[in-house]
Amino acid sequence: MNRSILPALPALILLFVFFLFPVVRMLGFSVEGGTLDWYAKALGEQLYLRVFWNTFEIALLVTLFCLLLGYPLGFLMATTTPFWATVGFIFVLLPLWTSVLVRTYAWMVLLGRNGVFNRTLMEAGIISDPIPMLHNFTGVLIGMVHVLLPYMVLPIYGAVRKVDPAIPAAAAGLGASSFAIFRRIYLPLTLNGIFAGSVLVFVLSLGFFITPALLGGGRVMMIAVLIEQQVREALNWPFAAALSAVLLVFTFAVYALAQRFTRTEVAR
Amino acid sequence: MSASGGSADLLIEGVARRFGEVVALDHVSLQVAQGELLTILGPSGSGKTTLLKVVAGFETPDAGRVTVGGADITALPPARRDIGMVFQNYALFPHLSVAANVAFPLEMRNVAKPEIERRVAEALAMVELKGYEARLPRQLSGGQQQRVALARAIVFNPRLLLLDEPFGALDRKLRETMQLEVRRLQRRLGLTTIFITHDQEEALVLSDRIAVMSRGTIQQIATTTEIYERPANDFVADFVGESNIFHGTMSAPGTVTLDGGRVLQVRSDRPAGSKVGVLMRPERFAPSGANAFAGEVIESVYLGTSFKLRLACEGGLELLVRQPARGALPAAGARMTVGIEPESIHVF
Amino acid sequence: MSRRLLVISCGLIYFFLMLPLLVVFPISLSSAPYMQFPPPGLSWQWYERYLDDPQWIDATWRSLYIGSATAVFALALGVPLAFALVRGKFFGRILIDRLALAPVIVPTIILSVAVYGLFAKLKLIGTWYGLVVAHTVLALPFVVLVIGAGLRDFDRSLEQAAEGLGASRWRTLARVTLPLLRPSLVSAGLLAFISSFDEVVVALFLAGANMTLPKKMFDNIMMEIDPTIAAVSVMQILLVSIVLVLIGRFGRGLRDSAR
Repeated sequence: MNRSILPALPALILLFVFFLFPVVRMLGFSVEGGTLDWYAKALGEQLYLRVFWNTFEIALLVTLFCLLLGYPLGFLMATTTPFWATVGFIFVLLPLWTSVLVRTYAWMVLLGRNGVFNRTLMEAGIISDPIPMLHNFTGVLIGMVHVLLPYMVLPIYGAVRKVDPAIPAAAAGLGASSFAIFRRIYLPLTLNGIFAGSVLVFVLSLGFFITPALLGGGRVMMIAVLIEQQVREALNWPFAAALSAVLLVFTFAVYALAQRFTRTEVAR
Repeated sequence: MSASGGSADLLIEGVARRFGEVVALDHVSLQVAQGELLTILGPSGSGKTTLLKVVAGFETPDAGRVTVGGADITALPPARRDIGMVFQNYALFPHLSVAANVAFPLEMRNVAKPEIERRVAEALAMVELKGYEARLPRQLSGGQQQRVALARAIVFNPRLLLLDEPFGALDRKLRETMQLEVRRLQRRLGLTTIFITHDQEEALVLSDRIAVMSRGTIQQIATTTEIYERPANDFVADFVGESNIFHGTMSAPGTVTLDGGRVLQVRSDRPAGSKVGVLMRPERFAPSGANAFAGEVIESVYLGTSFKLRLACEGGLELLVRQPARGALPAAGARMTVGIEPESIHVF
Repeated sequence: MSRRLLVISCGLIYFFLMLPLLVVFPISLSSAPYMQFPPPGLSWQWYERYLDDPQWIDATWRSLYIGSATAVFALALGVPLAFALVRGKFFGRILIDRLALAPVIVPTIILSVAVYGLFAKLKLIGTWYGLVVAHTVLALPFVVLVIGAGLRDFDRSLEQAAEGLGASRWRTLARVTLPLLRPSLVSAGLLAFISSFDEVVVALFLAGANMTLPKKMFDNIMMEIDPTIAAVSVMQILLVSIVLVLIGRFGRGLRDSAR
């Protein structure tokens, strides 16, 4: 055995004992008794298929919105002066590192029936009845986009930064309009960042728990919320394990597909 | 081609640009004639790159204007200036093939497909890159990349060609080949061209005229021989070529007394009593001459075709001398005498 | 012109990002007995309620020392791991690399449920060190990413120079490599701390009756929306701001870590 692996051993032991082993052990519950019945239930019953579909749909929408909002931010931060880039970074990183709970709570305050938005709109006479924005699809979507937006911004920022500023300048000098420079130069050259950010946001969305649990108010069921219920309320470990396995396989499939296009590993 | 001959094609008038406290361009004016290749020569920080950016449209001047063929382009965005530019590191689009790179400016001008194909082929033939159409820039050598950049800059028949230190990344041999090739192409197409460089040798090889820049102003603008033989001031004399520069006073017509006391015979009609600078190029010294210098060799280097010597002469004068490499290299400590004719001394 | 459009739309997006952080400030200072916006008057009552409630204080301390312990362990394990991954040449390096980053890819809910199952068996639920172990697993990828990036930018000729000047490999590590990596170490440690301090899902399962701050907040939000949470949120935001300032001042530049 090569000695250069030695420094990795303590961390590897931790990862094996407290990460790999427990996850594999739990997934084992799903085939307890040698049957695939729990998988049949997870993937066969209308009720649970709906949850998977919901999760997929929300993840897709969240990714789309994050891309729409994240590209301009990442682009601006990468092309502005160092001072404004730093300011921009603070505004992206501060929310990123603020507890999900704080942000979820704040959205409840903002979006609730008696929340800031509805109050303001009603007092301004724009609406007469509160718009339902909390404990529904809209609320979950807003909350998740808010939490995941930084994960989209950072890779896009990195990708735009890698573009040599002489290249768009050359394109401008050769007669390209702003739009043509974006479409013909930036877009193809930052595709990697767009892709990396989208995959990251999509994969993180699939397993999201806190935001749908609190902002969904039990009415928006995502797969992670279902797993938690099965463990804590129904005490149905085998079924929770089967659901986890399906979620995990799906997550890895997306990730593996993405790996074919981008490289994110530490060792290069 | 002289400064005032030919019609002025590019006209830069009183262009100024400052970045905070730093004055990058201090009311610079110059003109370039149709088909002329003008080099802007200067050390980094002299303002030459800013001037180029102003012409290309990447930088807006605080004052002054730029006209091409009589039309004011000062406020025009780069995309509408019709200026071909070769960037320092070529700025080839890394995701586009050679052909697509060259086709880019034509597509931006909505040229018809068959016409694009024809002109791309023509441009690539001109830079001798036929057969490389499908390659990506990273699959090309440095010289080939530069040819693509050149083809891309001329394919749309620009009003003006700008070359921003385009040879910096090439090795010496390739650089010389490319310099000649660029010059040949520029002459053939009759393109009015501005060439930016900090390399004085390159400037002498390539240009019709040279504008020497320093600290945001043009120190001298003249033909290559004039710049070399008759520099306007210390800076130009020192920056272009090797030089011995001394200061003194005209003590009588045709006579300069250097600040150290040494008297030199020169050809100059400057009135007696005026303060002057004196330039002696190292290669103009001969074993003897009207002005003789006796001294001790303090440093000697063999350079293949010539010897480069440093002489300590009487009166504290230190001379840089180049002599044809014949015989043995004079050793340090050896005494020798050199001379220079009055007409080989430039007084400014 | 199109640049101005970009700046304006980015201003709106930044507003969207910052709005939830800003809104908790006025609410935390509200004099109303329940959630009301805009607040009818100002008071410190919700901060006082937080400070007077031993449950909140208890949870805060627990989160602070669990976060600190997590940072220490994550650095102790993650730094050597990053060295091995960046500089080692051994079979399975790519595989181990994937494994080290897997805790951010595997949904936290799955990790939580799995570790919950194991810890229930080992009677580790409700112990602070149990949480530290689980949080260390989650923090490890951050450490590996940040230190790995620092190591890859590291100019190895400096180490060769030190060794050429007679330093042993250990002394080179101690006198050259680690001091030069200090910005990365600071960033990695602070990120590990924050990732534990903010962590809810694992805590939800493993903390048991011994509340961490996020778990206490979660339970409170589930039961009633009380402005005490706003006060806690404000303090949390201030703490994160301080950490970000520390990273900016002593750590690897914020913008560098995005690459």
